Amino acid sequence: MTLENLEAGTAAVISSVDWSVLAPEEGKRLRALGIDEGAEVSVAHRGVFGGRDPLAVTIGRMTIALRRAHAAAMQVEPA
Amino acid sequence: MSRVRTAALVGNPNAGKSALFNALTGARQKIANYPGVTVERKAGRITLPSGEPAELIDLPGSYSFDTTSPDEEVTRQVVHGEFAGEARPEVLILVLDAANLEQHLVFAQEVIALGQPVVVALNMVDLAERDGLILDALALEESLGVPVVPTVAVRRRGLDELLTAIGDAKNRNEAESEDTQSRFHLSLPERRLAARNIARGAILSESSERRLHAGLDRILLNPWLGPIILFGFLFVMFQAVFAWATPFADAIDAAITALSAGVTAVVPAGLPRDFITQGVLAGVGSVIVFLPQIVILFAFILMMEATGYMARAAFLMDRMMAGVGLSGRSFIPLLSSFACAIPGIMATRSISDPKDRLTTILIAPLMTCSARLPVYAVIIAAFIPAITVGPGIGLQGLVLFGLYVAGIVGAMVVALVLRRSATAGASSGFIMEMPRYQMPRLRDIGIGLWQRAWVFLRRAGTIIFTATVVLWLLLSFPQAEPGESQVDASIAGTIADGLNVVLEPIGFNREISLALIPAMAAREVAVASLATTYAIDADNEEEEAEGLTKTLSGRWSLPTALAFLAWFVFAPQCLSTIAVARRETNGWKWPLFMLAYLFALAYVFAGITYWSAVALGL
Repeated sequence: MTLENLEAGTAAVISSVDWSVLAPEEGKRLRALGIDEGAEVSVAHRGVFGGRDPLAVTIGRMTIALRRAHAAAMQVEPA
Repeated sequence: MSRVRTAALVGNPNAGKSALFNALTGARQKIANYPGVTVERKAGRITLPSGEPAELIDLPGSYSFDTTSPDEEVTRQVVHGEFAGEARPEVLILVLDAANLEQHLVFAQEVIALGQPVVVALNMVDLAERDGLILDALALEESLGVPVVPTVAVRRRGLDELLTAIGDAKNRNEAESEDTQSRFHLSLPERRLAARNIARGAILSESSERRLHAGLDRILLNPWLGPIILFGFLFVMFQAVFAWATPFADAIDAAITALSAGVTAVVPAGLPRDFITQGVLAGVGSVIVFLPQIVILFAFILMMEATGYMARAAFLMDRMMAGVGLSGRSFIPLLSSFACAIPGIMATRSISDPKDRLTTILIAPLMTCSARLPVYAVIIAAFIPAITVGPGIGLQGLVLFGLYVAGIVGAMVVALVLRRSATAGASSGFIMEMPRYQMPRLRDIGIGLWQRAWVFLRRAGTIIFTATVVLWLLLSFPQAEPGESQVDASIAGTIADGLNVVLEPIGFNREISLALIPAMAAREVAVASLATTYAIDADNEEEEAEGLTKTLSGRWSLPTALAFLAWFVFAPQCLSTIAVARRETNGWKWPLFMLAYLFALAYVFAGITYWSAVALGL
């Protein structure tokens, strides 16, 4: 399952990330924010109309917005 | 004892650095740019417990020294002592958000590993407590090996202790600090693990309750309610800009009129008196009147930023912006551009994708900035009847709203076209931290407002003053023979005759051509120069006193007025914007492109407006 399909409010651990989907800078930024293999995350909110993009992802006590296309590159496993 | 002369604030974005900077330095701040790059340098003075002053700089927020934006690069270079012209700060004040310790400790380890004297400000401990998190500062001090001071910048708590720690920072045991730095030379995963362990060790008690934050997000980010609240908020904001500002603007207007009357009474008739009343007061005065509107608009924007709502607005707008190839990050600069494109263009620095950023810079001047308001307000008052077209909807307000919408729609279409041509590239992503909600502190908002109001007044006092004075000179010489119109005889009249050949087909008259030249300095000068032109051209004192609105409605046709409005939706009449765009894009290519495409749009749309209005028999 990918982070994109994770049900809101369910905790999961990122098991792998296809970094090639992300631009190098974006990957760096995500890693700096703590979004990386092994991080425990959950989806807090999904955006408005038209595909419900972007996602608001909770990691620790932080909330980070990212696009569905990026979330689709992240495999997650139930925590 | 070695004295501390310079210190710098470093930390993650949203750690509360700016609030701490304001609390430590007060309003005595100097804002400039780092040479060669377009990153703001904020400096101020602090007084250490020894009574000696030190310079404090507020470095841009960073997630890592492995940098992803120009802002972060400045921070990296300054703290490494590699930034030319900037002395390496002697003491680093590392600001950590107490409620986000695990995340912020990752960068903290990089900073401590530098080996510079470091003092940790464990900031916003009150918000952490609100979220059910009690921290042990001593335990944190133990594991980091540097002094830790709990602070609440917005309530001025812990500031004295922090200043004491800064003053003593250079006297700490050297051996200890060497031990400390070697401890954190780790890889990112290792640092992350260490951060988790240190954070866990410092937490005395934790309940996972974040009721306020989660509850507000549930409402404000609700897919249906969220956008409605956002647009409702923006609607109130633009209403307020007009409704609340009126009494203040009227007061300023009355003061200028009184001043002008005073000068007329004291100074004998002649060129010096005309210079003061027709040149300086009519010109600069007509611009300063808009200060209240600018202050109100910025008050809303600063509130949105200080409360954390701005990031939610960006989240909600991301989908829409993605439709034209931009991201939610562009929303913040574009919203600021409604006040002024200059801070808007500077705010694009937070956009890491270069194509995204360039597109945002190029469309920022299409947002209806406050400098257009004087122009719109005067023309609308003169030509659009004050009738209602529906319950509570006035025609004047509707026309103004239409002009705003025209700018936004224009910007979106231009972005769409640019992203497929001049700035084509892979569609960028949207990665953004959403800070916690906070009660803004009035003092911080006040300092921000003062800085922006000052920038505007300085512009009015320099660029606009110079432009109006030059125009007055060009209009007043050579002096007209008796029976001849002063404007016709003047140098400016001759220049305008030339320009008028180009502008006449789109319905512009010679006075407009004349006003557009000095209005290159700033849009609002158009009003000032129309006021000056008609004041000089007035047949008698009575007409001079009539006011610009009456004069215009008597002298212009409706199609001309509408074409003039359409022109100002697009025309890049602002040298400061061009200058900022040059600085931000490092060259003349894009600012010239911006000038060309905006003038082309202005000409075409003013023409279409004029000829449609004439065809409709308006």
